[in-house]
Amino acid sequence: MTPRVIAAATVAATIVAVLGMLWTGGYDIAQALAALWNGAFGTPYAVLSATLVRATPLLFVGLAVGIAFRAGVLNIGAEGQLLAGAAAAVAVGLSVGDWPRVVALPLTLGAGVVAGAAWAGVAGWLKLRFGVLEVISTLMLNFVAAYGVSWLVRGPLQEPTRIYPQTVELSAAVRLPALIDGHRVHLGLVLAVALAVATWWILTQTAAGFRVRAVGASLSAAQSAGGIRPTRTLAVVFLASGALAGLAGASEATGVTFALYEGLSPGYGYSAIAVALLARLHPLAIIASALLFGALEAGAAAMQRDANVPSVLAAVVEAMIILGVLAFERAREGGRRL
Amino acid sequence: MSIDTAEFLQASVRTATPLALAAYGELITERAGVINLGLEGAMIAGAFGALVGAGIGGVGGGFAAAAVAGCATAMLMVLVVLWLRADAVIAGTAVTMLALGLTGTLYRALYGTAGAALSVPTIGPVAVPGVSQIPLLGRAFFEQPVITYVLYALAVALWWWMGRTQAGLALRATGERPEAAMAAGISPRRVRALALMFGGAMGGLAGGVLVLAQVGTFSEGMSAGRGFIAIAIVVLGRWSAVGVAGAALLFGAASQLQYVFQSLGWPVPYQLFLALPYVLTLLVLAGTPRRAAAPASLGVALTD
Repeated sequence: MTPRVIAAATVAATIVAVLGMLWTGGYDIAQALAALWNGAFGTPYAVLSATLVRATPLLFVGLAVGIAFRAGVLNIGAEGQLLAGAAAAVAVGLSVGDWPRVVALPLTLGAGVVAGAAWAGVAGWLKLRFGVLEVISTLMLNFVAAYGVSWLVRGPLQEPTRIYPQTVELSAAVRLPALIDGHRVHLGLVLAVALAVATWWILTQTAAGFRVRAVGASLSAAQSAGGIRPTRTLAVVFLASGALAGLAGASEATGVTFALYEGLSPGYGYSAIAVALLARLHPLAIIASALLFGALEAGAAAMQRDANVPSVLAAVVEAMIILGVLAFERAREGGRRL
Repeated sequence: MSIDTAEFLQASVRTATPLALAAYGELITERAGVINLGLEGAMIAGAFGALVGAGIGGVGGGFAAAAVAGCATAMLMVLVVLWLRADAVIAGTAVTMLALGLTGTLYRALYGTAGAALSVPTIGPVAVPGVSQIPLLGRAFFEQPVITYVLYALAVALWWWMGRTQAGLALRATGERPEAAMAAGISPRRVRALALMFGGAMGGLAGGVLVLAQVGTFSEGMSAGRGFIAIAIVVLGRWSAVGVAGAALLFGAASQLQYVFQSLGWPVPYQLFLALPYVLTLLVLAGTPRRAAAPASLGVALTD
């Protein structure tokens, strides 16, 4: 089976399973599907203020996870890196809020990038220096980041009135501008698409990209035959993956939430695994995949509103897509290790 | 204000009980060479199973259903990881997502949207005559729900089983060198499948404890990362039965410490204590020379 067939078969199997669940649960399937469609694509508002807004962080984190998996690094800590990025961006954004936008906004986004890279860098350092499995370390760091955000918004960064566990809102200078007046889709989407293209170009057209792919295909072969220093390549991959996830957080904070609070991410870092896998780790396909999942999550919210179908169903769909890709992938003879 | 040490210890053991149950399950799974990140999923499935089971067959039915539900999620891991040979880490993450989503969906479908608080009978602490009178430690260890005593028995049994029996040796051999185990006539795939199912059932029981011995009801996502903490406990306990017991107690105590500091009036953020176990695990891992204690084939797929 070709990659496209695998992806299509997975989605088809998932759709059948979910329809079965809706039917068993006694829901009005037609009404549920109509709500799903309308919530995702039905109106300009659905597309421009729901689907594309959800797809933006998913594209950033999908790239983050995709590039790591490409190099054989199982970074399941995009959630923590995203939170670290959001926290740093808000912290910096609040202190440079009265500076001119051309300086303040890049500084704010940059802080998110650096923080995300640093957060992943801890896991990278632990792996390369002490041999700690990144699966364990990135997972642990997710929780540390979540509690860190909780402490920040109830402690040093809390709004002065100290009523809600959140920061004050960012000023206009450090907000990502909306792409279309009156809609929530923001400049972050353009940035994310540009980065997807850049990632694709780097991976396929440059020596650095070749090294990443070689290390991911076979660490020992890359080292002996290719003259590649895997340690250095892996270090770069950890940092790049964390930087992308950190930017996701910075983009959410400066483009959507305008403040830091505990529920800032509804698990984007975990959805990212589904986004990346469905795209079979191809950066350009991740654009399409992020759009699909953005629509799914936006549609699921509408489905709960209009047809009373629990929106957590979206998590079920994402999980089934991951398992489906894994299953079809493996069913194929001589499949690449993933 | 002084601290009641006996009460602190009792609360620590109470908090440690579900963590230790899940961790002993994961210990067996990892000793067979598989990391089960679906443990968190097994736990939430167990919690939901306990709710449904308790409604049908009381507390006993609740625990039975919890174990079955946890085992069922692990069977999904067996199917995808051992049969279809998918990556265990990614599959485990997906299984957890699936279980969190499914239990949330089913809960709302069966019992209506949140708000309709559903309560099940819980089991209270039972003091063991005699030993519960031992100063300090007596109350901590011997005035607990019955499931905690089951845990003690399981811990001792697993320690003995792993170290002293033929089957325990087969388990450890599978985790260290599956090829060697195969040469000795053991099927590594079968050992791993059984280990996963046992681990899932234990994770399910741990979820059952949350509902049937602690909270008395089910809420979405109530496992709240405890399955992942259990994985950290196995690492912190350096893959030994005794180490896991110690690490579980340490985690239980660390999460209770916040109340001590609160009662002492020390302004230490509680998030620090919540994050402590995870930071501790990272530090211990960094201090462990090159995964010395981990099963050699942990996370390595079988080839044949």
